[in-house]
Amino acid sequence: MSDTATAISPVVYNDEVVKKFVIAAVFWAIVAFLVGVWLAAELAWPSLNLGLQFVNFGRLRPVHTSAAIFAFGGSALFATSFYVVQRTCHARLFGGEALANFIFWGYQFFIVMAALSYVMGFSQGQEYAEPEWHLDLWLTIVWVCYLLVFVGTLIKRQEPHIYVANWFYLAFILTVAMLHITNNLAIPVSLFTAKSYSVYAGVQNALVQWWYGHNAVGFFLTAGFLGMMYYFIPKAAGRPVYSYRLSIVHFWTLIFLYIWAGPHHLHWTALPDWTQTLGMAFSIMLWMPSWGGMINGIMTLSGAWDKLRTDPGLRFSVTAVGFYGMSTFEGPVMSIRTVNALSHYTDWTIGHVHSGALGWVAFISFGALYYLVPVLWGRGGLYSKPLAAWHYWTATLGIVLYIVSMWVAGIMEGLMWRAYDHFGFLQYSFVESVVAIHPFFVIRLLGGVLFLIGGLIMVYNLIMTVVSDSTARPAASIPSAASLSPAGA
Amino acid sequence: MIRHEFFEKNVIFLMVGALLTVAIGGIVEIVPLFTIETTVEHVQGMRPYTPLELRGRDIYVQEGCYLCHSQQIRTLRDEVERYGHYSIAAESMYDKPFQWGSKRIGPDLARVGGKYSSDWHYAHLINPQELVPESLMPHYAFLAETPLRTDDLQARMKANRLSGVPYTDEQIANAVTDLKTQANPDADNAALLKRYPKAVTVPGNGAHPTEMDALVAYLQMLGTLVNFADTNTERLQQ
Repeated sequence: MSDTATAISPVVYNDEVVKKFVIAAVFWAIVAFLVGVWLAAELAWPSLNLGLQFVNFGRLRPVHTSAAIFAFGGSALFATSFYVVQRTCHARLFGGEALANFIFWGYQFFIVMAALSYVMGFSQGQEYAEPEWHLDLWLTIVWVCYLLVFVGTLIKRQEPHIYVANWFYLAFILTVAMLHITNNLAIPVSLFTAKSYSVYAGVQNALVQWWYGHNAVGFFLTAGFLGMMYYFIPKAAGRPVYSYRLSIVHFWTLIFLYIWAGPHHLHWTALPDWTQTLGMAFSIMLWMPSWGGMINGIMTLSGAWDKLRTDPGLRFSVTAVGFYGMSTFEGPVMSIRTVNALSHYTDWTIGHVHSGALGWVAFISFGALYYLVPVLWGRGGLYSKPLAAWHYWTATLGIVLYIVSMWVAGIMEGLMWRAYDHFGFLQYSFVESVVAIHPFFVIRLLGGVLFLIGGLIMVYNLIMTVVSDSTARPAASIPSAASLSPAGA
Repeated sequence: MIRHEFFEKNVIFLMVGALLTVAIGGIVEIVPLFTIETTVEHVQGMRPYTPLELRGRDIYVQEGCYLCHSQQIRTLRDEVERYGHYSIAAESMYDKPFQWGSKRIGPDLARVGGKYSSDWHYAHLINPQELVPESLMPHYAFLAETPLRTDDLQARMKANRLSGVPYTDEQIANAVTDLKTQANPDADNAALLKRYPKAVTVPGNGAHPTEMDALVAYLQMLGTLVNFADTNTERLQQ
């Protein structure tokens, strides 16, 4: 192993920053799940809002979404992209330790300040873009440094080709920069006020926001995590990517088509019809590259399917790709205007988001974490495979309860809102639909609790992997940091 | 035909290629919304928010009301019957940010203005379950105890004006007076109504308005500005 890695020239990778981001990802995962469970309980029993402005649903919900997407997802992306780009370029991170550490602490600072500002009542009032202008500026600085480090490492690579995972990471970093800056353009009230007014208004503001919002899904939660898929699945399976040609088609079509899909969040609204139709058409087309990518990921296991029984990390990764296929099929269906008339504004959307967030994003991250922790901390293997299996099954059951209850609740709400009685009047008042979905809100909460329990099992397992004597390698075989690179990476 | 090696072996080409590829969709969809004149319909009645409504809107945004309430009545029969005339783009032309929402845990609010009395709104915000026992809404009693900040009121209006809301110098100069007048049922509101037609006076705390006064004033104007009897479908064509 160490021979192949050092054959070209000895490289000492910067794994310290990767470790930090791994720890952050695990920590924020639990925070995100915990706040999610609390919010689900507030919706089931509203007295849990406690009459306290700091934990009211409206202020706490952005804490949950930001913790899940930006804190947990973001830290997992930083960790894996820094790990992957070094291995596949055979080069140490560009910019030195100080810059890497600035990115870590700068990003964590952003997350903590954003969460605090929400509960204190500061918000831009746009979903997934809630942080106010000064935090947006700070994130821009951190992000530009991230781009610099990533591209710098690509430039000094010792491999002739840029590996496919890095195309996806690069597109994710670039596009998120474009989206973040464009969507957050705003006029501050004053230099010392955490309040600003968007430069856009009304209908234009709506489309810019959902161009941003949908591509936060498309690039932050998809392209970046596809980078993870293209490295960790082949690595854990010990097989090459199924089709090189398919990955080229996958990459370019995915990034081209995704960016058009935003208007499907605004069907039947005051957005002009031509924009809605265009958004719908591209959303349906998007099904193809999504499934192309799914096939490429799953078929990589050809000849190594038996590893699903023995490698718990790989089991998470492959299940993630399965959920990815499912939610990228459901998405285009929901983007059809006729379906959207029923599904929009209901809990069906919430279920859809979570089949992607829990099934795809979290599971592919779990897969990467189970792979990375033993490698980064130089351990012989995972502390306990049975515990990882427990995590897998509790979390999977949790997802199933979550999305099925939200399907039922969402379709029921949609049907009740449009139901007419024999006299041609609307049959139900709004609040009757609220009462009807209560049991499903409780089931959803149960699903969330199971997912949280699974996460806690993972935390215990990962901590024990690092500290337990049972996973320690014999002293002689502990590799140096340089040779930790998997062979031929 | 370009071989993929071209991108795969050169970081700059890969970056530029990816950036161009992701830029196209946004340019084609978003730019025309600023250039096609009928995107925002030409209707009578739209005006910038009164100072109290503007501050009420800030409260609406800060409390995350948009996470449970939409402000967008879709062009569907049942929505029009439940909530009123479908929303048109002109109605949110001064909304920074727009608050159309994406989820209805509670009902749509695009035309809630005037549907309930102001007293109802105060009682409902303080304890929603007292009026609607099945409601999932949190309590907002604390808004009634929080004095409304007015020291940066003019700065807020100026920031709006800088980004396109047509506040006049006169409106900005009279901001604090207008705000207090609208929160005081005993005050003479002729000048306020001249500057902001249809402004609803709320039974508030006059000289020392609270955040709740502002929020109720905002809720009471939602969807009331455009006179739909005065317009026709042709004028609403985008």
